Amino acid sequence: MTIKELLPVINARVLCGDDRLDQEVNSACGSDLMSDVLAFVKDKTVLITGLTNVHVMRTAEMLDIHCVIFARGKVPQEEILEEARELDIVVLTTEYTTFTTCGMLYEAGIRGTNERSGA
Amino acid sequence: MQENIFVDTYDVQSGEFQTTGDASGSIKRKLKQIGVDSTVLRRIAVASYEAELNLIIHSMGGRLTIQMNPERITLISKDVGPGIADLSKAMCEGFSTASEEARDLGFGAGMGLPNMKRNADGFDISSEVNVGTQIKMEFRLQ
Repeated sequence: MTIKELLPVINARVLCGDDRLDQEVNSACGSDLMSDVLAFVKDKTVLITGLTNVHVMRTAEMLDIHCVIFARGKVPQEEILEEARELDIVVLTTEYTTFTTCGMLYEAGIRGTNERSGA
Repeated sequence: MQENIFVDTYDVQSGEFQTTGDASGSIKRKLKQIGVDSTVLRRIAVASYEAELNLIIHSMGGRLTIQMNPERITLISKDVGPGIADLSKAMCEGFSTASEEARDLGFGAGMGLPNMKRNADGFDISSEVNVGTQIKMEFRLQ
């Protein structure tokens, strides 16, 4: 599934990265705890989170996460979107909660990151 | 011993949460430019980010050093204290002494050191209370 194809699934709005929606999504991770994201994520992953600080983008950069979905209708500050643009990260927002967003994406065929990062 | 083809150092200040990721991001971009394989690169990025976070959250200041030779990349984190009293406890997933501030930002879950070890091919840590902590991680390139 591409990022473009997952937009209608969770009724998401694109906040930045309009021109990068053709990228594939292989798996997803839902967490507000960046420490855990760092321990569990593999690449081609979308991150679903309710945390809207700049550290979300920095964490995404380290892990090659190419798409961040803000749940519960959250919209980060412009400086955070600016950081995302610089790092080529697509940012979406959806009105659904993290749990519901994850459930809908799971139903659409996206699976979690089961293996931990690293060797 | 192979000669280093790339060496870089970054000073990391204690408590400077705004700068989180500056050193690791720079390391990642430079190694990418050199042409390091993306899988190894991501492991190095995660390990250096965890080390950088630890320096900001826990240390009184320290330094990240990256050395690269044709066979391996070595990442060293060295700080000036306060040191870790019980290393085996610190290596346990979920054990954390991080501040509320760090936790509010999404960190300090007690996953850092074990995650560094998991991402590196070689991991060595030594620490002395009131002196400091040194972590040496190696990543094979071949």
